[in-house]
Amino acid sequence: MKAIITVNARDNIGSMAALSSLLAACNVNILDISQTIMGEYFVMIMLVDYSRCQFAFDELRNKLTELGSQRQMNIRIQREDIFEAMYRV
Amino acid sequence: MSIINTSDVLQTVQMIESQHLDIRTITMGISLLDCAHPDIKVLCENIYRKITTYAKDLVKTGEAIEHEYGVPVVNKRISVTPIALVGGSHDSDEYVQICLSLDRAAKEVGVNFLGGYSALVHKGMTVGDRNLLLSIPEALSVTERVCSSVNLASTKSGINMDAVALMGQVINRSAELTRSTGGSACCKLVVFANAVEDNPFMAGAFHGVGEAECVINVGVSGPGVVAHALKSYPDASFDTVAEVIKRTAFRITRVGQLVAQEASRRLNVPFGIVDLSLAPTPAQGDSVAEILELMGLERVGTHGTTAALAMLNDAVKKGGVMASGHVGGLSGAFIPVSEDAGMIAAAEAGTLTMDKLEAMTCVCSVGLDMIAIPGDTTDETIAAIIADECAIGVINCKTTAVRILPVPGGKVGERVDYGGLLGSAPIMAVHPESASAFIRRGGRIPAPIHSLKN
Repeated sequence: MKAIITVNARDNIGSMAALSSLLAACNVNILDISQTIMGEYFVMIMLVDYSRCQFAFDELRNKLTELGSQRQMNIRIQREDIFEAMYRV
Repeated sequence: MSIINTSDVLQTVQMIESQHLDIRTITMGISLLDCAHPDIKVLCENIYRKITTYAKDLVKTGEAIEHEYGVPVVNKRISVTPIALVGGSHDSDEYVQICLSLDRAAKEVGVNFLGGYSALVHKGMTVGDRNLLLSIPEALSVTERVCSSVNLASTKSGINMDAVALMGQVINRSAELTRSTGGSACCKLVVFANAVEDNPFMAGAFHGVGEAECVINVGVSGPGVVAHALKSYPDASFDTVAEVIKRTAFRITRVGQLVAQEASRRLNVPFGIVDLSLAPTPAQGDSVAEILELMGLERVGTHGTTAALAMLNDAVKKGGVMASGHVGGLSGAFIPVSEDAGMIAAAEAGTLTMDKLEAMTCVCSVGLDMIAIPGDTTDETIAAIIADECAIGVINCKTTAVRILPVPGGKVGERVDYGGLLGSAPIMAVHPESASAFIRRGGRIPAPIHSLKN
């Protein structure tokens, strides 16, 4: 079960560390990361495998949203299929 | 990114966050044919029990899909067998009781609208059909979530002018009974020519008699996404514009297909169709009018609007059809005046008139939709507006509809607010000259020659 996490936020120290720690604690495996800095902002896209995650998708989503609001990051998680559907014929 | 292209991901996120890409509705169609019973109490109980059993997980499932895919599923709705087929033996008062049961069931399962308080009278009316039509004003004024539709004409059978005349009266009466809310009952009432059996959009959704026991239909939306895509091509030729719209419609529809399949799997209900429509909302940037204006029209309603809309409608279909296993419903561009900020502005400026809207319905997916008219419009004038629209549908072998909103006490130029998705509308002028003698003739306008295809 794969999902895409997108993050956009003002660049600050420790954001990535906080996010990857949370994912590790939830047993979510990071498969690939792409990140760019645009001025003061960073935009990051992460492909993750959540099949071993101990939480239901909704709970994981809530944890990410909570982390996002604590650290002023906009974090969104979506199942990977939606991107597959839209861009692959 | 190795598997998914970064710019594709960002584009999708942008479509959802700032361009209003959403699934407009997951609509569960439920057959009520087996609920018929001579005892009205038993009939109402059968209907209530069946709907609340079949649709008990609909809203929950819609919300779960919304969270997992990150795409809003705005409405969860239900369509049922045309009630005139279920309650045929009952009188108008008893029909109102059926409508109350439908409303109760809709509230119980948490859907915001339930469609199918309907009759199919394109060739003639049964006693039951007539009773249902006569019950509509009261039924819609005492309920909140039930939508009603009546099919008055078809290419195969012509136009039932007796029913057209009757609906002119029903619409005015429905407005009168909801005078305190600007005649809001009429927002839940639509008449059709060539109605489709699998339409997931309200107010015209019903579960046709050729349909299965229970089915999931999905309506997609995304005028904002198309508008955004077109902004990058201000000077491109129509060949390019058509390609851009097709590509965008493909992507939008793929999301619809994905959601439809997922909803069908989770609810264990067969997937019916995806309706690939561009349905606007009153929100800024979610407007079909804006797309037409981006094509180069100063304001929607001016000369060129019909051509622009025709192109848009066709390109949406072409792009969407390959994205879905089964395309159905109304599929095309909707032009509801009160639900589209650009249409409202054009109507208020006087550029968009009733006559232009009628011309636009020749090439869009439905018809005259959410148009407020003065409260003193006669029954016959409303019937004549309906007759014109039916003629367009019948001759062009397409679905047309009229959802017109007489505003009791309202005058041209005033504005009426229906709230929420239904939006607000400027009251538009209708022709003052009478069509009474025309409507009084009654009978049936024969089917056109091209209906004889066998």
